[in-house]
Amino acid sequence: MTVEGPKASEENHLRRILYIWIALSVVLDLVFWFAIGPHIPPGRMTSTAKDNQFDFNVLMVIGLPVLIGVWEWLAYAAIKWNAKGKNTPESVGGPAAAGNKRAEVSWIVITTVVVLFLAGFGIVALYAGNGSGGGEGPNPIQQPAGAVKAETDAIQGTGSWSPNSNEVLPVQVIAQQWKFTYRYPTFGGFESPDLILPDNTQIAFNVTSLDVIHSFWAYQLEVKADANPLENNVAFTKTEQLGSFEVRCSELCGIWHGAMFNSGQVVSESAFMTWATNTESKNAQNTKNLPPFAWTYVPDANGAAGGYYPDGNVTPYSTVEIYGSKQPS
Amino acid sequence: MSKGGRLATVTALFLVVVGLVVWAVAALLVPGVPGGVVNFTDAQAKGQPVHLTVQTVGSIGFGAHPTWVSYLVQDPKTGKWVHDTSWELPAHTVIDMTVYQYDSGSPLRNQEWGQVLGTIGHSATLNGKTFSTYNSNTGNGVGHTFAIPTLNISVPLVGVSGNPCAVAPCHFNSPHNIETFSFKTPGPGSYNWQCFVPCALGYLFGNGGAMSTQNYMGGELEVVNQ
Amino acid sequence: MTISAERPADVEADTPPAFIEPRKGWGGGWLSQHVGTAAVCGFLGYILGHWLGNYIGSAYPYIANSGQNALAVLLALLFMVVGWLLGIGALNYPLAKIVGREAKGEVEYHGWTKYFRYNLDHKVVGIQYVVGVLMFFFTGGLLAMAIRTELLSPTTHVFSADTYIKIVSEHGTIMMMMASSIVVGPLGNYFVPLMIGARRMAYPRIEAFSLWTFVAGYFVIFSALFFGGFPTGWTGYAPLQTQAGPGMISYLFGFAVISIGMMAAGFNLAATIINYRAPGMTWSRVPVFVWSIIATAALLTLASPVLLAAGLFGILDKTAQTAFYVTEHGGSSYLWENLFWFFGHPEVYIMALPGFGIVGEIIPVFTRKPLFAYRIAAAGMIGVALLSFFVWQHHLFQSGINPDMRPLFMLTTELISIPTGFIFLVGMGTLYRARIRYEVPMLFCMAVYFNFLIGGVSGVFLSDVPVNVTVHGGFFVLSHFHYTIMGGLIFAFFAGLYFWLPKMTGRTMNKKLGLWHFWTMFVFFNLTFFPMFIIGLLGQPRRVFTYARDLQTLNDFSSIAAFCLGASFLIFVANLMWSQFIAPQKAPANPWDSLGLEWQTATPIPPYNFERIPVIMTDPYHYSEVGAPALVDSGSGPPVHASTASNPDPASRE
Repeated sequence: MTVEGPKASEENHLRRILYIWIALSVVLDLVFWFAIGPHIPPGRMTSTAKDNQFDFNVLMVIGLPVLIGVWEWLAYAAIKWNAKGKNTPESVGGPAAAGNKRAEVSWIVITTVVVLFLAGFGIVALYAGNGSGGGEGPNPIQQPAGAVKAETDAIQGTGSWSPNSNEVLPVQVIAQQWKFTYRYPTFGGFESPDLILPDNTQIAFNVTSLDVIHSFWAYQLEVKADANPLENNVAFTKTEQLGSFEVRCSELCGIWHGAMFNSGQVVSESAFMTWATNTESKNAQNTKNLPPFAWTYVPDANGAAGGYYPDGNVTPYSTVEIYGSKQPS
Repeated sequence: MSKGGRLATVTALFLVVVGLVVWAVAALLVPGVPGGVVNFTDAQAKGQPVHLTVQTVGSIGFGAHPTWVSYLVQDPKTGKWVHDTSWELPAHTVIDMTVYQYDSGSPLRNQEWGQVLGTIGHSATLNGKTFSTYNSNTGNGVGHTFAIPTLNISVPLVGVSGNPCAVAPCHFNSPHNIETFSFKTPGPGSYNWQCFVPCALGYLFGNGGAMSTQNYMGGELEVVNQ
Repeated sequence: MTISAERPADVEADTPPAFIEPRKGWGGGWLSQHVGTAAVCGFLGYILGHWLGNYIGSAYPYIANSGQNALAVLLALLFMVVGWLLGIGALNYPLAKIVGREAKGEVEYHGWTKYFRYNLDHKVVGIQYVVGVLMFFFTGGLLAMAIRTELLSPTTHVFSADTYIKIVSEHGTIMMMMASSIVVGPLGNYFVPLMIGARRMAYPRIEAFSLWTFVAGYFVIFSALFFGGFPTGWTGYAPLQTQAGPGMISYLFGFAVISIGMMAAGFNLAATIINYRAPGMTWSRVPVFVWSIIATAALLTLASPVLLAAGLFGILDKTAQTAFYVTEHGGSSYLWENLFWFFGHPEVYIMALPGFGIVGEIIPVFTRKPLFAYRIAAAGMIGVALLSFFVWQHHLFQSGINPDMRPLFMLTTELISIPTGFIFLVGMGTLYRARIRYEVPMLFCMAVYFNFLIGGVSGVFLSDVPVNVTVHGGFFVLSHFHYTIMGGLIFAFFAGLYFWLPKMTGRTMNKKLGLWHFWTMFVFFNLTFFPMFIIGLLGQPRRVFTYARDLQTLNDFSSIAAFCLGASFLIFVANLMWSQFIAPQKAPANPWDSLGLEWQTATPIPPYNFERIPVIMTDPYHYSEVGAPALVDSGSGPPVHASTASNPDPASRE
């Protein structure tokens, strides 16, 4: 065996690894982007679903070369640089093996650039996506146009929504142990266990809880917002396709957390209008018994049932009785 | 010690320690249906409506948690009241349910559950009178509800006044309300049911304790093909 | 023998604390202090506390109404832990000092009984920690098998819903409690003094105290199963924790106890590393494992108090009906979330850093190359430790936090992947043109890189707020942290154990069984957790007992692989029992031909580690380097293999 000079064989290894890496990365990135990317969950039913699917794909296209690079290096080392066999190269000791300024600096620079790019990309995506379907708390920053007006009107009881009006539709999600219910403030504030939404509309989800922390995860809608007691957590998305979707609770909330799911529907705007006005009149009697629409609902301190909605102070507040003791007769 | 002796000692010690841990863990973990399943499938011919009778009580009076509220079910074969909330029902069958409600009530935390939802006819009867919604801010309030969340079924169980029965099973000489309603089971599967009144006294928001323990205020419907 | 001029004058005078011989008759017998007396005193304390809690609390409305007394459980566990510590003798010295008496030195026991006692030798404490850690791991592992059994079917339920949630919570909590000390405890305590050329720890009593507290923590968290379990998962979110039964006290108090142990361990290690380095061991010659331990010690000391405070508030909320976490009465559910995760994020780096240290320590030995970019490795550890305090709200992106915080924490979380990446630079650089020997520890180290890469890259997906909407709260994040903690730390722990056991016990582990263990564990680990990324993307939330029917195939695949993974640990246990107890083979003093200072001692290591404190001349990574300086100044300290520095080929030495 001709002994190659260390420099030459060094370059051979690195060049070989680099070429394989480039080839594999390009191929796998292309395969991923075109073949798998469009099928990445959660689908393309809403604006946030499409945007976040895109974000995921971008991250994957950047991440795949990283994965391939390290795996390839490990595999190359395992095969080529082991102690067995007669033709293995000499191991390298000394200062040259203990550090290489160029490699170190390039690594730091490249990782920093990639990381900063990802951070910037994420921030841009967050703003462009109106919060990307995540819960922004009671004072959202990244909102679609018209959201502020729609929400203000809703709480003042003057909100309205009609098909083809490009208005934001506020929907309240009430999480309690162990079911989600929904209130529509622009339709008299009726409450329904069904989540029906109009197509082609910006939806403002206002998520709150009556007891412990839950999390509203509308999977195909790509909306996830924790439900905290006495907090209004706002998340936005725009429906773009008809179909059904799954809602699951994604924050452990007790024994039936796993059973806390329902399905919902995105229907045409006119179908939604019909459903909403019909349900509003059908439920009118019960809506009178509900507390007035509010972003959060304060529990009554008294009673086994709690009367968690404000009850006009019929029973006096008592600190001793908060834990579900029976009301005094 | 010889090698064989060491092997024996180490194995024995290992089995003892492991056995202790496994025993402790296993003994404390309750199986899927703590009292077994009460079978309603065999009690009648296929396709015939199933009669399911339960009672809700203010304190069960026995067992590990005597002060807790609870459901009890009447075994269709023996007629005895059983402390079990896992019921096997036939698929695609009408279930005629009767509830003997023995507990006091109060206003509902979410008045949505004051409506009768998902039953046949969208109504239930209360002491013989049909109703489809009950205002829990009136009368004795609502004591409990029977709800199957994934099937959108919910019926309020109106509270009683006077001295509620304190030890289960309760009988008609205690104040009570009788409610009836019917619903149809879907295809085979496991469907959880629960009460939606936070009725667990002594727990924050009333949803700990009996509400969070199988066999008290929630259970499973095991729907099977007959 | 001349003493080098660098040596401080008082090093010779550095004698260990005064040990006295066991007293005849009383000493060493059943009536001395050992695990048995600790158990008895713990039990008595439990009874006393329980009675006291019932005496104080029975009349309170919430206790009378619910029929469960959280106060009694709290006092029972508190007195149990205090009794346990009194019984083992951990409090003898401080109590004597408090009362103003002259504290007698601790009795020095010999033979196998010393492992069942409060012992000030850091090597004994290290081995005791191994046992403690394996106890936690086995229990948590059993519970994991139970979880995967339940998830075999979305409709048939093996456990009732309340039991299942108990199992999930207990599994997570036990594993996290164990993982925070799994390397620091056994390997950190055993090897840090040896690696820095010290005879002892700075605070041997605090170190032993941390061990016995750790073991007490196991009993506290295990007791949750007796009190009806707790339903919140290991994250313990309020107000579900306030609503839960008395089992929640086991969680809150258990974490309080564990955090005290963590603070003690971290504080002791930091003080030892800073002050007890041998002469000549400048910071640039400190082994990389020690760098990881000091970074971890900083986190242990600074983050654990937050957990203790958070747990205390939770305990007060449950027993005294305060409202720290109850929004309706002036508190906030967000308070627990933020306090917990302010601890929780440094906590996961407490778990990751020692793993990095181990691979950095082991890889040079089996590649026969110096550690590549040593300074960057150290900088990476310190960078990770520092940054870990600034990322915690990435667990709360969708929780309704101030939306201005989301871009900020996205940035800091992305930034922390830079120092995390340094350990990959170091590893890949060390592998470059190496001569890899495929011993079991080396295989585990390479697996760490493989696994942590997947875990780390998936973390980047989670740190991106838009993608976080898809992947938070489901099986994706679950797979992420299993890849980093189990794939990273646990594999590194096994690497360290296989590597260092021959020095700790003087007995080699069987290589064939070790290879079987490695391959089955590695393959089945990946088969178990990789599908979970897909399950999470397809919409299955965490901690659920039922899921969409079309996910059953994937769940079953994962469950079967998990059962096989569980079985693979039995191979390790069999190897451990066989190699260490039943048919032990004596290990040579330096079986791996390592240049590390800890390997230059005889086996078994004498009680005070080094006859003479060595004077360090260089770092321990000069493999294959012709003419490299010797690690230790010849004429001081233990002899170093003269051949190692000049001959790169270990085979030729035989």
